[in-house]
Amino acid sequence: MAGAAVPVVHQEYNYDIVKKFAIAAIVWAVAGMGAGVYIASELAWPFLNFDIEYITFGRLRPVHTSGVIFGFGGNALFATSYYVVQRTCQARLPSDAAANFTFWGWNIAILLGGISYMLGYSQGREYAEPEWPIDLLITVVWVTYLWLYVETLRRRSQPHIYVANWFYLGFILATALLHIFNNLAMPVSLTGMKSYSLFAGVQDAMTQWWYGHNAVGFFLTAAFLGMMYYFVPKQAGRPIYSYRLSIVHFWALVFLYMWVGTHHLHWTAIPDWTSSLAATFSIVLLMPSWGGMINGVMTLSGAWDKLRSDPIMLFMITALSFYGMSTFEGPMMSLKSVNALSHYTDWTVGHVHSGALGWVAMISFGSLYHMIPRLYNTTIYSVRLIYVHFFLATIGIVLYIVAMWVSGIGQGLMLRAFDDYGNLAYTFVESVAFMHWPLATRALGGGIFLTGMLIMAYNIYKTIALARREEVAREAAEAAKLAQA
Amino acid sequence: MFKHETIETNSALLTVLALIAMGIGGLVEIVPLHYINDTIEKVDGVRPYTPLELRGRDIYQREGCFLCHSQMIRPFRDEALRYGHYSLAAESQYDHPFQWGSKRTGPDLARVGGKYSNEWHVQHLKAPRSVVPESIMPNYPWLLENDLQYLDIGDRMRALKKVGVPYSLTKEEYDANVEKFGEEVAKMLDINRAEENLLAEAQADNFDGNPNRLTEMDALVAYLQMLGTLVDFSKYDEGYFVEFR
Repeated sequence: MAGAAVPVVHQEYNYDIVKKFAIAAIVWAVAGMGAGVYIASELAWPFLNFDIEYITFGRLRPVHTSGVIFGFGGNALFATSYYVVQRTCQARLPSDAAANFTFWGWNIAILLGGISYMLGYSQGREYAEPEWPIDLLITVVWVTYLWLYVETLRRRSQPHIYVANWFYLGFILATALLHIFNNLAMPVSLTGMKSYSLFAGVQDAMTQWWYGHNAVGFFLTAAFLGMMYYFVPKQAGRPIYSYRLSIVHFWALVFLYMWVGTHHLHWTAIPDWTSSLAATFSIVLLMPSWGGMINGVMTLSGAWDKLRSDPIMLFMITALSFYGMSTFEGPMMSLKSVNALSHYTDWTVGHVHSGALGWVAMISFGSLYHMIPRLYNTTIYSVRLIYVHFFLATIGIVLYIVAMWVSGIGQGLMLRAFDDYGNLAYTFVESVAFMHWPLATRALGGGIFLTGMLIMAYNIYKTIALARREEVAREAAEAAKLAQA
Repeated sequence: MFKHETIETNSALLTVLALIAMGIGGLVEIVPLHYINDTIEKVDGVRPYTPLELRGRDIYQREGCFLCHSQMIRPFRDEALRYGHYSLAAESQYDHPFQWGSKRTGPDLARVGGKYSNEWHVQHLKAPRSVVPESIMPNYPWLLENDLQYLDIGDRMRALKKVGVPYSLTKEEYDANVEKFGEEVAKMLDINRAEENLLAEAQADNFDGNPNRLTEMDALVAYLQMLGTLVDFSKYDEGYFVEFR
């Protein structure tokens, strides 16, 4: 009987909510990445806009970004954070109803957001497009999430708060702060969607990119580091490499990130001092970023052989490698002289995707492959398909990034080229014509990545279906045993 | 001696310290921009949008134009040749929200006003490849088909007034605008006359080429045609704007 006590404790965790968010993450990944491949194709072959207002690039692009960032990324973070906080605190979420509210509230908000963009409602702020009624819903959901999270921390039966939770908590707090201040707006009427932002021009730009970059810094980085700090050691079966390093890089990361947003506004009408400050802090930020990468990668020291036998570990280590690469590329692009060329071009788009596909998606895939079979008390349907997914994802990303380097650096160089007489060497539209093949290659790379995602969805679907059958069989066996007795 | 253990065993302390750590950067960079006077250049000519231009700007925002077109010229030689004088902070001081953009899949539009005819814009928005064969911009045929909704123009201007744009409702506000912008502009900023101003502007300039209909195309072209035209740069020394940067 003593041995049976452990699984009973596990049953007391709220895994139902984790399952819901995990499945939603996969559904949004397919939808959001599908939208991404479609808009990428629109840029390569503009006839795909089909003269239909709802699916033109300008209206569909936020559907893609919201779908992958808040749909896929957000649901993956809700799922893993609820899983991690319960397990590391050995405490159940304080309210099932509140947890369910965060699930429905969050997903309905993203769905309404997507529909509203296609209908033409947008605040015109990147990654903060939803109009004020949806923003209010998100605020309520987020406050509930914060309460659930902190309350679970307070109910922990461990004296220490595990490091993964610091990062998740930092992400929840920062997102609350960013969301509220970047969405301050005046509705035209209380019965309509339209609003105008509280700030204008320079101040509005500053607020938006303080938000925009920290959506990257906290939503897409700190939070996924939380994921990393739980799932990498778990999957490797080894403790985190350095506890001291995790302390130093946590505090450095949460402090430094908030300074760097203005590097999105180099050479604009923003005052130079903010721009210089942001560039400086961007360079310094390399250190805590790499601190996280090193801590993750070195966790595998002594267990490197796992890379040969465990495709989940492959996902995680590749994710950390891309994290290291894009957090080097980022500070480099935040130098004013580099930024003069890279800004406004596809280089930025490529950089974002090396982070988003390489780091965020890969670490999520690894974590979901680890977590979902455990949630359903089973094993994965096909390890071979995880390998297939891994290689498709990697090939897709590499094609994507290289295409964007060619397109971005190429366009940047063309637009600043002069002929012998000091005239511009190229018209703008010549650079557009040049970008056709890189843009087509990018769409192909995205398509390959999406194919991998579809394989994952299939693999997870089969795993859950199998788990249900096993569950039924187990119950039948137990019933038979009882009947015999 | 201080130990990190103190923080990581206390969820309230962890929360408070994390909030402080992440609050500082934003405070230092954002708050001064609202108080340092040099942030926005002192320059003549910049005014809030007329009612018709405002509706055009709403449509620009609705279609997500800013995702492919920036409105922010940087102080480089190639951009000066291609687009004109670099953009001033003053030029977007009434922009709620700002539409500087972050990507140039198409060219910058900060000074597109007056560079092409109305007819060109209408044709280009309807079917971009009919005038620029290599273009990858979507067609926007519905702009010519949709009647412009303008009955809530007063509400829109009132909302903007609440966030600081000097549209006028009272006599005093109107007089202040006459003083600041001159009588002709002040009339256009009067919320009480918003509808008639909008109709009169569309009638006078007939942006979409069809005088019998007021379409979304009228408003969008009116907006595009005024972009970057408000400041007369010949009135200022080259070094003048540098002082504000």
